[in-house]
Amino acid sequence: MKTCLAALLALFLSILPAAVRAAPLRVVASFTVLADMARQIGGNHVQVRSLVGPNGDPHVYEPTPQDGEALARADVIVVNGLALEGWMDRLIRASAPHGAIVVASNGVHTLKLDEGGTRIPDPHAWNSAANGIVYAGNIARALIKADPAHAADYRARASAYETRLRALDRWARREIGTVPANQRRVITSHDAFGYMGAAYGIRFLAPVGFSTEAEASATGVARLVDQIRQTRIHAVFLENSNDPRLIEQIAAETGVKPGGTLYPEALSAAAGPAPTYEAMFRYNIETLLRGMQAH
Amino acid sequence: MATPYVTLVAPFVDYGFMRRALAACAALSLGSGPIGVLLLLRRMSLTGDAMSHAVLPGAAAGFLFAGLSLWGMTVGGFVAGLVVAFLAGLVSRNTVLREDASFAGFYLTSLALGVLLVSMRGSNIDLLHILFGTILAVDDQALYLVGGIASASTLILAAIYRPLVLECFDPSFLRSLGARGSLYHLLFLVLVVLNLVAGFQALGTLMAVGLMMLPAAASRFWSRRIGGMIGASIAIALLSGYAGLLLSYRCNLPSGPAIVLTASACYLASILTGPRGGLLHRLYAPRPLHP
Repeated sequence: MKTCLAALLALFLSILPAAVRAAPLRVVASFTVLADMARQIGGNHVQVRSLVGPNGDPHVYEPTPQDGEALARADVIVVNGLALEGWMDRLIRASAPHGAIVVASNGVHTLKLDEGGTRIPDPHAWNSAANGIVYAGNIARALIKADPAHAADYRARASAYETRLRALDRWARREIGTVPANQRRVITSHDAFGYMGAAYGIRFLAPVGFSTEAEASATGVARLVDQIRQTRIHAVFLENSNDPRLIEQIAAETGVKPGGTLYPEALSAAAGPAPTYEAMFRYNIETLLRGMQAH
Repeated sequence: MATPYVTLVAPFVDYGFMRRALAACAALSLGSGPIGVLLLLRRMSLTGDAMSHAVLPGAAAGFLFAGLSLWGMTVGGFVAGLVVAFLAGLVSRNTVLREDASFAGFYLTSLALGVLLVSMRGSNIDLLHILFGTILAVDDQALYLVGGIASASTLILAAIYRPLVLECFDPSFLRSLGARGSLYHLLFLVLVVLNLVAGFQALGTLMAVGLMMLPAAASRFWSRRIGGMIGASIAIALLSGYAGLLLSYRCNLPSGPAIVLTASACYLASILTGPRGGLLHRLYAPRPLHP
């Protein structure tokens, strides 16, 4: 009887590691853009959870206990870094995860933002497709390291993804290039498109600083109204994860029609126009193009 | 270059959003100035604060169903505030619990429920916007709402002014009136909620109370008569709104806090220099003869 039990136990123990490996790699990403990238590269081998949901703002988030549990059990944790998710550091410390933590923005050439006199790095690096490629590379390397058994798959998917992003980057460059340089000026809710502006030659202006946590000052709004009046900017855009009232008010004051909704830092739900990073990037560029050309 | 006109008037002439913000502040001042004074005199200063938190779940529910819609959030906030006021009043009148304690119980419940409801929606930033508001984004609709509420509030207050004032000096007066007294008390709470809902459209739930209570507290140092206090309270609120907006424009400060901090400065200045019991006045005024 005893030997029988021992044999059973031995059998069970020998199966266990294989069973664990067969289960998909558990990936937790801080917000939807990173989660989608991990899904694109990981395919069936990963099970991805995004802490901030679709249309959610990654700057401020109140984590739930399930989030802590997911982090503690995760094999790979993907964060943006550059101080985008201020709430994430505390959550990671509190849930003591065993998985590897990837900072997706590692290796990106960071732009600086002027925030109340101090220069801080702009966290919204994914809004240039070239940076998206850097993100994808970081995530792919982390997946390969955590799950070497499927390294070939990850490499193949990552390389196909990179090709698609490169094509997207070329397309955006070409399309924006057709707009006369003096029309490439647009207004958005907060400073989230610095990288897109630098990469494709668009000037973005915003009443609120880099983080949505800030409240607008009358000076900032007045300066923006002046800028719109003087430079005849025709393109004002709302953001999906943000309070639209201020921008609507500015548009009404200057007689400019809002040109649509941009997706700066959160994907839409699956039925929306920007359910993946690629779709979001394409949709943003197309919306911007329509706004800049129309008048 | 910096003529008084450029410094003090030009921002409001040049920018529609500054005019709207100023108009909203003026309406709020007229509506909630008297309410603040009556709250103060009835020793209910913290009730305003409690009610402002009680408004949150209703606004959140409105937000869940209708998005950032003015009417959804206003009606929701109003209903939630009323429910809390009504329940708290019911408990304090029929049980051993005093009004402040029953208010505390209900508004904390309400606040937690509000945070829960707001968090249920993916877009969590909105909680901050509900709590802190955006006076620079007041549109025509919001302006009509704030103005309408201020007008209605003034009219209703005029109708129930006498019994409320009597209650200030004789806390058992309304109870002695029986059912009619309860009605007056309830109407007064309705006015508090109405004004907070109006303020929350412009300043957010947290800051709205600031424009209601700080000028009222400051007015105590300028007059001994209720009419005088109400006048002083409205004047201080108007001044705070105007100066706060100007400060926000000149010094690049967020507008809501700038307005409330200006009201705080008026409050501190009143404590120091107010002719009716201000500190300096007490120090240098001749002492009364009787011991």
